[in-house]
Amino acid sequence: MNLNEVWFILIAVLYLGFFVLEGFDFGVGILLPFLGKKDEERRVIINTIGPHWDGNEVWLITAGGATFAAFPHWYATLFSGFYLPLFLILLALILRGVAFEFRSKDENPKWRAFWDWAIFGGSLIPALLFGVAFTNIMAGVPIDANMNYVGGFWNLLNPYALIGGLVSLLGFILHGAVFLSLKTDGEMMKRAQDAARKIWLPAMLVLVMFIIATYFFTDVLQQLGINPGPVPIGVFFTMLAAGYFVYTRRSGWAFVMTTLSILFATATIFLILYPRVMVSSLDPAYSLTIYNAASSPYTLRIMSIVALIFVPIVLAYQGWSYWVFRKRITQKQDLHY
Amino acid sequence: MSVLTLSQWQFAITSVYHFFFVPLTLGLSVLTAIMETIYVRSGQEVYKRMAKFWGTLFVINFAMGVVTGIVQEFQFGMNWSEYSRFVGDIFGAPLAIEALLAFFLESTFLGLWLFGWNKLSKGLHALTIWMVALGSNISALWILIANSFMQHPVGYTLEGGRAVMTDFGALIANPYVWTQFPHTVLSGFTTGAFFVAGISAYHLFRKNEEDLFRRSFNLAAVFGIISIFLVILVGHSQAQRMVQLQPMKMAAVEALWESENPASFSLFTVGDEKNLKDRFALRIPYLLSILAYNQPTGEVKGIRNLQAEYEQLYGPGYYVPSVFTAYWTFRIMVGAGFLMLALMALALWYVLKNKPLAGTRLAKWLPFAIALPYLANTTGWILTETGRQPWVVYGVMKTEQAFSPNLTPGMVLTTLILFTVVYGVLMAADIYLLAKYARKVPPEGEEPVFHEAYAE
Repeated sequence: MNLNEVWFILIAVLYLGFFVLEGFDFGVGILLPFLGKKDEERRVIINTIGPHWDGNEVWLITAGGATFAAFPHWYATLFSGFYLPLFLILLALILRGVAFEFRSKDENPKWRAFWDWAIFGGSLIPALLFGVAFTNIMAGVPIDANMNYVGGFWNLLNPYALIGGLVSLLGFILHGAVFLSLKTDGEMMKRAQDAARKIWLPAMLVLVMFIIATYFFTDVLQQLGINPGPVPIGVFFTMLAAGYFVYTRRSGWAFVMTTLSILFATATIFLILYPRVMVSSLDPAYSLTIYNAASSPYTLRIMSIVALIFVPIVLAYQGWSYWVFRKRITQKQDLHY
Repeated sequence: MSVLTLSQWQFAITSVYHFFFVPLTLGLSVLTAIMETIYVRSGQEVYKRMAKFWGTLFVINFAMGVVTGIVQEFQFGMNWSEYSRFVGDIFGAPLAIEALLAFFLESTFLGLWLFGWNKLSKGLHALTIWMVALGSNISALWILIANSFMQHPVGYTLEGGRAVMTDFGALIANPYVWTQFPHTVLSGFTTGAFFVAGISAYHLFRKNEEDLFRRSFNLAAVFGIISIFLVILVGHSQAQRMVQLQPMKMAAVEALWESENPASFSLFTVGDEKNLKDRFALRIPYLLSILAYNQPTGEVKGIRNLQAEYEQLYGPGYYVPSVFTAYWTFRIMVGAGFLMLALMALALWYVLKNKPLAGTRLAKWLPFAIALPYLANTTGWILTETGRQPWVVYGVMKTEQAFSPNLTPGMVLTTLILFTVVYGVLMAADIYLLAKYARKVPPEGEEPVFHEAYAE
């Protein structure tokens, strides 16, 4: 395996980490106004992700930084090409992050309501747009010979990509509901479990729609990087299993299944892409690959050494942080947020 | 307006805004960590209450720094794609390392600190805030390594129209880094010191919680006088390095139109930038040479001479940055710096004499002096970045070649306006909360404050 491949995998892993971890943060944020009726309940909900959301978000920042370092052309084409959607994601993440910290620091109900909606919107927009973006990356977008994106904003909001967006949106809500049922107890746990039951079927349906659309309405399958083989089927079956555990209220197993679902889905996207990182719909020769978009071998070598040392350290202390805060949250505690 | 101009404005606004929050993070994390360490070692409850009081303010500020930092990580690709392609091989590496080494560290351990008061042992808990402080300061190092490459590119070669890294060690050992990094971090420490000293003075003036705030004030005064003294010292060598590495920036700072030896220091200049000459100037002979070389002689190059030299070197073009901006930002920064030194010296005098602050003029005015480090931080960065123009990478790539060719002015104008509006609203909310929590007198004894989450 050469270093270009290593970095392709590492970036895939970073996005995977982001989707799994921030995925439930998004879900929890979207569910906030619906599951938290009273202020105390809302605080419980926010506190389930309190110690973690910031660290989870760093997975995205690191994915961005790693893309810049290892594949500068990918970074340049993707971020300038998807300018407005990315801007919306940034704005959403800004409002949401500040909202967590600010909402409970003032008693005024209007103040709190404002930030609660910021958390809702700030979670919904990225949960939707990440699906849209990755569907577009996989399906191909107009990229010219100079590696510049030449489509408009609306080009990115095509029906196929929007279905992809719904898949990630509903998937993350389900993932978040399951997480919430793991981290709370009593009435709130029950509400979260009920929410997971309600959201599972629509999530499954859009997933099936997406699979059908991929087979019949796109040429994704005619231009596969690597045939993902049984991996996409894994998404389907783990989602099915998640449904079973959601209905039998076994939240632990349901969480394992939604996590696996996200894992298989991310793996599918990156397998279909490989060795490309952005597919050009204008000419296959214009596609960005892990070779023509890459940094020099020297830079890749340096970055590999850094990653080899520090990724395990990061995983260790982030894992430890989840271990420290493994207990369920109740209203009887004093809540930070 | 063009995509270039709009993108420059957007970068300027988002970066300056981001850097409102960063220096306080750098300084206040260390101060809070010191307070909690004293608590752990001495067992005095008052230091725990101090750590919680200042920690609450730290967190309000930190959140803003984090979220505006995401924009910083992404906007090189968004608005400056040609730049990203050209220097990505070099510039991306420190950014990725910053995220991996620093962002994970500070965010994960801040979560542990905030929510871990009753979950972790005392010592371990104090360690988490040190990790936050370490993460923030490591972050400063790597982003300044990246910025230093733009100021003084080293360790690279040009290959097929791109800059390619040849020596990672040279990138880190870049002499520019080792003045810029201490100058920035110490400015952050100074900001933290003025923040703590100013708010403590506010309370001491009113005789609120005198024990807690007097200890905070004393700590801030000692921390602050060391920091501001070193900022000025490092700033001096930074300027000397600027004479060597970025003579045009120095010439603009001094409104020095023609080379001089010995060179004079401008006390007050009204310049005619169009014709590159003085309208009115009051200069002190020899002083610039003394400042630049620690001796009364030595040539400092002038703007006209450098312009001619650069035309020879880089081809036709205009190589002069905004002299007005460079000249005045430098003077505001330095002026604020010396004022801070004087104020901290006065504060230290109160500490050493153990004089009460209630009702004193110092305690009355020190809260307003919190603005001084912010003024110096902001003008310092405006000088650093505008003084480098027209280059985005000094002597290698011009800013006008760096922007994203696929953007339209309408797109950038939209994002520029929305960023500015949202940032404005958030700034108002942030200042409101900081003011609210800064004024709040922490209650006596063991209180059920905000950080007690997850108590069992």
